[in-house]
Amino acid sequence: MLILQCPCCGVDADETELSPGGEAHLKRYGPGSSEDDFEGYLFMRENPKGVHFERWRHAHGCGKWFHAARCTVTLEVFGTYPAQSYAPPQDILDRIAARRPGWRWREFA
Amino acid sequence: MSEARSALQGRSFDGIARIEDMGLCGMITLRGDLDDGTLQKAVTSVAGVDFPGRRKASLAEGRGLLWMSPDEIMVLLPHADAPGAARTLAAALSGTHHLVAEVSDARAVLRVSGPAAREVLAKLTPADVSPAAFGPGEICRTRLAQAAAAFWMSGEDSLDVVCFRSVAQYVFDLLATAAAPGGEVGHF
Ligand SMILES: [Zn+2]
Repeated sequence: MLILQCPCCGVDADETELSPGGEAHLKRYGPGSSEDDFEGYLFMRENPKGVHFERWRHAHGCGKWFHAARCTVTLEVFGTYPAQSYAPPQDILDRIAARRPGWRWREFA
Repeated sequence: MSEARSALQGRSFDGIARIEDMGLCGMITLRGDLDDGTLQKAVTSVAGVDFPGRRKASLAEGRGLLWMSPDEIMVLLPHADAPGAARTLAAALSGTHHLVAEVSDARAVLRVSGPAAREVLAKLTPADVSPAAFGPGEICRTRLAQAAAAFWMSGEDSLDVVCFRSVAQYVFDLLATAAAPGGEVGHF
């Protein structure tokens, strides 16, 4: 069972109280972008076995969106952080580096 | 105006805990910047209780303020007072970014009481409702089986549950099933 601490209200929320929002830190390519960029934005995902960054919503709680860093294999949670972030905070990156040396996810490592 | 009726029309159930419809309850949703002094002053003067901190319930007899999310407060008050209080609140907040909505008739309120009240809720919610994790003056927003719900302690052995009116019967039946005679767990 996955338990994530919602950074908006501080509750340790059970997975069944949350709604998954898919992969985190996508850059939106809208009208006027190239077909390749638009395709990448719509369809291309990391889908990793291991360290992953996702968006979640505390649906059966405060209702707010947030980000989570976790391992898709073990469900180990490295941390959660505000939705209003373009990149994972340094303390979470450090924690991942300590637990998964050599990890990589898009431009983050 | 039509006569307001609670969804459960006074139903009750007695098992290892008592489940009862709390009837018509006044509720006003207020959204805005909860750190704003004008907003805090306006809502506390309407509710007559202190402004609640994060995940707190500030309660007095028949009235209260519930912290619902970082930008949402629920006002509890007598049903007949709600429309007027919502107008008072909106007037006090004119010029301040906010949303006020009277939601009394959109919801149902039930009371779960008795020594096993916590256990009855623990059977239905993934939230930690042990005495160490949840106590008086706090609000828990979670789910009861498949329905969104929130609850707070209204007494030493009693919890008040609020859910959407459309699922009132479902939530009542859930609670009654969890409180069926012989259903004690004895965990807390
Ligand atoms: Zn939350």
